Order: sequence, then C-alpha cells, then structure tokens
Amino acid sequence: MSFKEHIFKKSLWLFHYGGASCNNCDIEILDCLTPRYDVERFGIKLVGSIRHADVLLVTGSINKKDKERLLEIYKQAPKPILVVAMGACGCTGGIFAEGNTFAGPVDKIIPVDAYIPGCPPKPEAILAGIIKLVNRSNGK
Amino acid sequence: MTVAEIKQDIKAKWSGKIREMNLKREKRLFVTIDPDLLPEAAKYLFDDLKCRFITASALQSKRGFEIYYHFSVDVVGLIINVHVVLPESKPEVESLANISMATNWIEREMHELFGITFLHHPNMEKLIPEGNWEEGEYPLRKN
Amino acid sequence: MGKETKKTVNTIIPIGPYHPLQEEPELFKLYCDGESVKDVEWVTGYNHRGIEKLSESKTFDQVFFLVERVCGICSTSHPFAFANCMEEIAGVEVPDRAKYIRSIIGELERIHSHLLWVGLAGHFLGYNTVFMWAWKYREPVLDLFEMISGNRNSYAMFKIGGVRRDIENDKIPRMKEVLDTVKSKTNMLIGAVLDDPVIHARTKGVGVLTKEDIINYGVLGPAARASGVPIDVRRDDPYAAYPLVDWKVITAEEGDVFAKAKVRLLELLESISIIEQCFEGLKKEPEGAIETIVKEIPAGIGTGRAEAPRGEVFHFVETDGSNYPKRHKIRAPSYMNIPTFKRSCVGQSISDATIALAAVDPCYCCTERMGFAYDYETKDKILDGKELLKLGQDKTKTLRAKMEQKP
Repeated sequence: MSFKEHIFKKSLWLFHYGGASCNNCDIEILDCLTPRYDVERFGIKLVGSIRHADVLLVTGSINKKDKERLLEIYKQAPKPILVVAMGACGCTGGIFAEGNTFAGPVDKIIPVDAYIPGCPPKPEAILAGIIKLVNRSNGK
Repeated sequence: MTVAEIKQDIKAKWSGKIREMNLKREKRLFVTIDPDLLPEAAKYLFDDLKCRFITASALQSKRGFEIYYHFSVDVVGLIINVHVVLPESKPEVESLANISMATNWIEREMHELFGITFLHHPNMEKLIPEGNWEEGEYPLRKN
Repeated sequence: MGKETKKTVNTIIPIGPYHPLQEEPELFKLYCDGESVKDVEWVTGYNHRGIEKLSESKTFDQVFFLVERVCGICSTSHPFAFANCMEEIAGVEVPDRAKYIRSIIGELERIHSHLLWVGLAGHFLGYNTVFMWAWKYREPVLDLFEMISGNRNSYAMFKIGGVRRDIENDKIPRMKEVLDTVKSKTNMLIGAVLDDPVIHARTKGVGVLTKEDIINYGVLGPAARASGVPIDVRRDDPYAAYPLVDWKVITAEEGDVFAKAKVRLLELLESISIIEQCFEGLKKEPEGAIETIVKEIPAGIGTGRAEAPRGEVFHFVETDGSNYPKRHKIRAPSYMNIPTFKRSCVGQSISDATIALAAVDPCYCCTERMGFAYDYETKDKILDGKELLKLGQDKTKTLRAKMEQKP
C-alpha cells in the first residue's frame, strides 16, 4: 500500500473554505456532523487548519477578493490534497456567475477532483460524493 | 397619532419645502422635499415622531440621483419615504450620520456604489471591497 | 526607585475569516487591552456577489430564485418581502389559502433558524451536547420543508400573487406530528438551558444592548425585543395570515445574551402555535386556490417587508412597466444589527467576545450582499479564531468547576 493510499484509507480530514455564498452549503456541511448523519463515524471530521487536511471543500461562488485567499489556502495545503467543489456555486458559479465580481468557478482557479452539485446538496449527497472520491483515489 | 394626522403635521412643519406629497397606499407616504431640508426633516422624524430608520435607497434616473430615505412609524405601521433629487453634475447632500448611527453604513454604501457625496459624514471610509472593482468606478451607475 | 510605567499593549485578535464553526467568511478585529475588549472593527469583503445589480437583469419571476439565495437561513424572508413589495406595486391581494401557506413557511423557517442559533450558541459556550441536540431536532423541520417544497433549503414557494405549490390538507397530520415533537424537545431545551446556573453566569449581563442602543442603531428582531423594544413587522404592519391568527410578540427587558436566548426559544413555541392555527385556516379554504393571476406589473415604486428570524427584511423596487426591476434595493436585518458589536463587545472580556458576537445572530451573508473590505494586517500577539473560541469554552468549564466546588 502506498503512503497516499494508506493515508486516505484511514480517515479523512476536511478543511472547509467558504467563498461568497448564501451559506446553505456551509450549513449542510455542518449538518453532516450532527447525529442524523454523523459523519464522524466514518472518521471524517472538519479541521480548523488547512495544514491538517486531506480534502479541501470549497463552497460558494468565488469573488475577486476570495480568489487570492483561495489560492493562498491551496498553496498552504499539504500535497497530495483532494479538492471538492460543492454546490451549484462551487461547480459553475450558479446564479451568481453573471455577477460583476465573479472570479470563478473554482476549477478555473485551482484543480478540482470532484464536484457535488445541488443547491444545496443534501448531506447524503455530500457523503456519497466524498466516499466516491475516496474510493476512486484508492483505485476502486 | 393617526396616519392622517401625521400627514397633516408633516405638511405644516415642512411647508414651503415640499415638492410633492402622496399617500400612495393606506400606509405608504411619499414626500419629495428640497435636499437642504433633509437634516431638519430627519430630526423631526427621529425626535418628534419617534421614527425608526429602515434604510435608504439610491437610484439614478433622468432627473439625476434620487434617494429615498425610508422611515417606519412602527405604532401605526406607516412607512414615510422622504425623497430627494440631486443634480447629476453635483450629487451631494448633508449626511444624517451625525444624528443617527443607523444611517452611517448605508451612506457609505451609497457613496461607493453611486458616487453620491454625503457632507460631514463622520467616517466616510471604504465599506466596499477593494479588489472587487476599480477605483473611481461606481458599479450601480448607468454609464 | 522609579515609577513603573504601565504599558498598554494593544493586541488585535482576529476571529475568522475561515473559522470552522462560524461558517461565514468574516473578520472581526478585537482591539484588546489586557483581558478586555477596547474596540471592534469589522472587516470583510469575501461575500460580495452583486445581487442588486444582478436583479436588474432578471425577470420578476426569476428574481425570486435570486433573492432566496441572499441568505440560506433567512431564505424565505427575502422572497416574502419581495412578494409583498411587488403586490403593493401591482395592487393585488393574495388569496387566503396562500396567506396561510406563506405564514406556515415563514414560521417554519423561524423555527429552524432559532434552533440553529441555539445550537451555535451552545457550541460557543462549550455545550456541544446542546449543539448536537438543537441541530438534531432541526432535521425533522427540514424534512417538512422537503415534503412541502422538494428542498430542505431554498424552497421556491413564492410568486407574485400567491404561492407556487399548495400544501395539501392530507399533509397536515404528518406536519402536526413533527411540530409536536419539536415543541416537546424545545421545552426540554428550555428547561435544560434556561435553568442552568453556569449558563446564567456566562450569559447574564454579557453583551448588553440598552434601549438607547436599539433606537440609535435601528436594531431589529429578537435583539431589539430582548432589550424591551417591542417591534415586530408581523404585528406592526401585518401581512399574510398574521392578522388572522392569535399570537403574541415575545419581549424581555435585560438586553443581554440570556434575554436574547430566552426570546428566541419562546418565539419558537409561539411560531408552532401560529402554524397550528394556520392549519385550521387551511382546512377552511378550498385546495388549489393559491394565487391571484398577475399579468402585468405597472410602472411605479413599492416597499415590502417581512419579519425574518433576525428582524425586518426590507425590499424597495422601482418598476418601469417592463418585466425587469429598474432598481431593486435589499436591506437585510443584520445590516442594522451588526454595527452594534461596538456597543455589546466593547468592555467585555475576550472570553465573552464570541458569545456576545453570536447573540445578535448575525447573518453575514445577508449583509455582505453589498460587500465591505479592508486590508488584513497582522500585528503583535494574535489568537486565532479557534483559540478565541476555546477561551470562551474554557471559561464555562472553569465556572462550572467553581460552582460545583461550592458547598
């Protein structure tokens, strides 16, 4: 088992980056921690620093101000890092893509490994997306 | 005071400086005044009528820059919209931020979006993101 | 032996911008002198999306989908206020069944938003169980939304003249069941939270806003009502089904964090009562009569407001006879409430800062629509957001230990 596989097989630590969003996605992510979905039973948890993370979860459309911060966060992230663009805003910019300060979508700024569409995606969709991503990274 | 009484009172207090007055709907009063009456009008609304400041909406039209200051008389559910028209070449009006903290941010916002000047504003610092648009640009202006 | 000169160390403690539990990107700079907060600066700019300008390029029907996403938690209050505004311009009255449905949606949102807040406040104080409980009992409410509208958030229920989907009468028994559970769990939370002496110690007298503060800043919602200023759009300028049902405005006098928590919890129970009365109203109205057809919007100006969980949401629209708004101004309640941090945080200890900030229930994304910015600067000794949060949580632990030691 390679080092990378070994790490991802154990547990996933997520760092959540919130861009310019309505926060629905952010709340659904927090919902995953709550008893009904209880994502921690999979060993998945949210961490407060990008340096501890395996997955960078990006929500919200990215405005010009966010773009610099996102690039900075990505630079600080330990490689390998998996990037997940969440929600309609993260995937394509959603309804805000025509706004005058839109600087995204996420995959124009940093490489993205997975997309979880929805407005907002349900916690089940978030979990399914992350697990699919992990399985794919493990070569399943 | 009832809505009718409030309307009468305003008519009396601001007479001579009212350009237009309209009770558009049962509880929506629109009053267009000369811009130089604004500080006095605001003081009357805050102190005498005990109004709550809701917000201010700026817009640009053929007449120049217009601002609607929305005040709420909560006890009767009345919204008094005080309307001023500012010339396009020189859009300036006295700031209300020295009378009420509630007007502080919205005046800064209107300045950043439309380029309207609020005279004697206590802290006309930037409220709108740098990096999101260029200096000297006013995003909601129509030109 | 010379005199010792006292050095005032101004330390800046930033909270954010990407704090895992205060999910919205924002930055509060606390200027501290030793243990107490001397000044607060609010720095942000990460959430600007240009919504007011976007609105001008959308048809009126499309604007509903746009404004719903101003804020995820108050998601229905914006379409509510916008609908009230457009109906004012068009001069139409909504059928009674639609009024009941609108109020049901509005109150369900208030319930889930207040539960969300209780959970967050619990977390800030170090009561993670409260966080888990409150969010667990929020889930059935979101299930109800999904049952009614198809989505847990952003329900797209409003249109000019009425609502887009009916709530069929056969759904009512299931909804009543869920609300009964929420009621009993809320009563449990009220008992656990409001009687706890440690919570009293952590929240009473903290983050106080006086009546003068409320009036001077134009504060709205539960934050105003907790300081003895009984403003509530649902009663002051009635709309939808609120004048058709019996309910009361909840207030408190102290203006501290405890009062704000109490007001929100009691409002929750009041919301359940309003919804139950709306169910009775629904049963009396014919199914399907949910809209007044509006063919054209005349040129004009209108104002619309609604009582969101955080306070009054206000929309102003100017129309020119076309199918697009000429100008659309949106003012969310947090725009008025957030500046009060200068009053509620200054003079507090650092460990009380997080809960004082959270007490106003600021919905940054509502306010951030227009965006604000300053350059971020780092200075001296900095505690990051996580450390600041931990300070607040540790204070609770210390207090509890002290209280348990007392004979």
